[in-house]
Amino acid sequence: MNEDQQLKPEPWLPSYDDPPPGHVSGSRLERVLRSGQFAVTAELNPPDSADPADVFEAARPLAEVADAINATDASGANCHMSSIGICSLLTRAGHGTIYQISCRDRNRIAIQGDVLGAAAMGVRNVLCLTGDGVGVGDQPGAKPVFDLDSLSLLRTIRTMRDEGTFLSGRRITRPPRMFLGAAENPCVPPLDWRPERLAKKVEAGADFIQTNYIFDVPVFERFMARVRDLGLERRVFILAGVGPLASARAARWMRSNVPGIHIPDAVIERIEKSAKPAEEGKRLCIELMQQIREIPGVAGVHVMAYRREHEVSEIVAESGVLKGRVPERRRTPVTKEPVGENAVEPAGIPGK
Amino acid sequence: MYRVRLFAVRHSRAFEWLYARLESTMVALDPLFARIGYGRIERPIAAIERATKGLLFDCKMCGQCVLSSTGMSCPMNCPKQLRNGPCGGVRPGGYCEVKPQMRCVWVLAWDGAARMKDGSKVRDVQPPVDRRLEGSSSWLRVSREKAAGLREAREASRTTIAKAFPDARAHEPAAAPLATEPAAAIKPGRDQ
Ligand code: SF4
Repeated sequence: MNEDQQLKPEPWLPSYDDPPPGHVSGSRLERVLRSGQFAVTAELNPPDSADPADVFEAARPLAEVADAINATDASGANCHMSSIGICSLLTRAGHGTIYQISCRDRNRIAIQGDVLGAAAMGVRNVLCLTGDGVGVGDQPGAKPVFDLDSLSLLRTIRTMRDEGTFLSGRRITRPPRMFLGAAENPCVPPLDWRPERLAKKVEAGADFIQTNYIFDVPVFERFMARVRDLGLERRVFILAGVGPLASARAARWMRSNVPGIHIPDAVIERIEKSAKPAEEGKRLCIELMQQIREIPGVAGVHVMAYRREHEVSEIVAESGVLKGRVPERRRTPVTKEPVGENAVEPAGIPGK
Repeated sequence: MYRVRLFAVRHSRAFEWLYARLESTMVALDPLFARIGYGRIERPIAAIERATKGLLFDCKMCGQCVLSSTGMSCPMNCPKQLRNGPCGGVRPGGYCEVKPQMRCVWVLAWDGAARMKDGSKVRDVQPPVDRRLEGSSSWLRVSREKAAGLREAREASRTTIAKAFPDARAHEPAAAPLATEPAAAIKPGRDQ
């Protein structure tokens, strides 16, 4: 970039439209889900870099199959580029993004400000998380904040969006239009209480749920049966988490080192016995997606392919969950207006 | 003490009953407390509360007690201080993600709540803790709150939190208090 260009003002002018009727945010993800289509979201591996090109590079293999890309917020308490930075960049390039907020690192003052900032940048989906403890990350000496928890965070953003006030009661002139997400982990204890906990998240304000990895379909089916008993699948969109395992060793490592991951022995054995473990891991992931799609009440899948992002489009294509649908995205670069994912109309959904 | 804490959760139903009695007594005493002045009794009552609840529940004196909504398992013992249920990292067997030798506070809480008469309160969404109230008496706050009825707080932020978390306000008034706080109830240096 030469000096001339650097001195020019930002060439884009964000608009801040109201969402279409019946929508809270108008994000592409929300529109896909509300129109009853099976949605796909995917997790981006955030770069340890300040170069925007690295963000676009990381998003490239996900964008063609995902309705929205999750930008993790220092997951596993490891420091990377911030979620808000990644979402801002990707949103300006026309991608659907999910801004993840973990309660571990910031207090309520910082978080509420960031929500407004993200909304102004065009971000329309947010995932409210508690966050892993600082001890498992790369900087275990950090101060854990946990001023809010995932539920009070959901309620806080819902209050900002629907009541148009901060928690302090101060008015927000243009409230943040956000599609509110939360996480759930159906396969770890207390199994009996997980559906109740989901109900509580819906009560707190969740519009959609992304689950942790599902490798144990029977356990997940029991969870979903209870969810349907409670009528929750009609009040919240549930996206089941899936991902390819690279090898039996990697699976065992994940199971014992990453909090909240349950992988049955049978699954690990299957990969161990295979001559091509990585291939088998991919096959397994595809089969899981096909099984999960058939479970009533599941509205989509959330693909987390850490360090195997290049396999995501193949996995989604082979699983057939999109049924030939191509998640729209803008292929044009960053500088054209209008800006934000609101600017994009997905195929087959009437405009607002 | 961890052992005593586990005992309290196992007997959550008995403690629920005890707590309900204590609460109605405190509410009945509101006129007396008001006459003596809440500010005057704040310190001594807080000291008694700290000793009793510290022994029984490993109470951390957050000042916004929600024990009856959390199966008598104090959420402030969760290393992440979650007020609304377990995180996603609970270990097999129900042990804590952060402190693997400890049972997850929230696994205990849901079990405790299941034994209680009014256990469904565990489903209420609790507001974030007001850190200024740390160290103050939650018991006195409850009697003040119940007696104060639903009078709107002078501070907009308290009204907003009470409105945003209506169930918590109804069942655990100390978690979303509205009444005016006596100066003695607020942590020194945190009252600006
Ligand atoms: S496992 Fe339970 S006690 Fe430990 S941090 Fe998570 S919720 Fe808190």
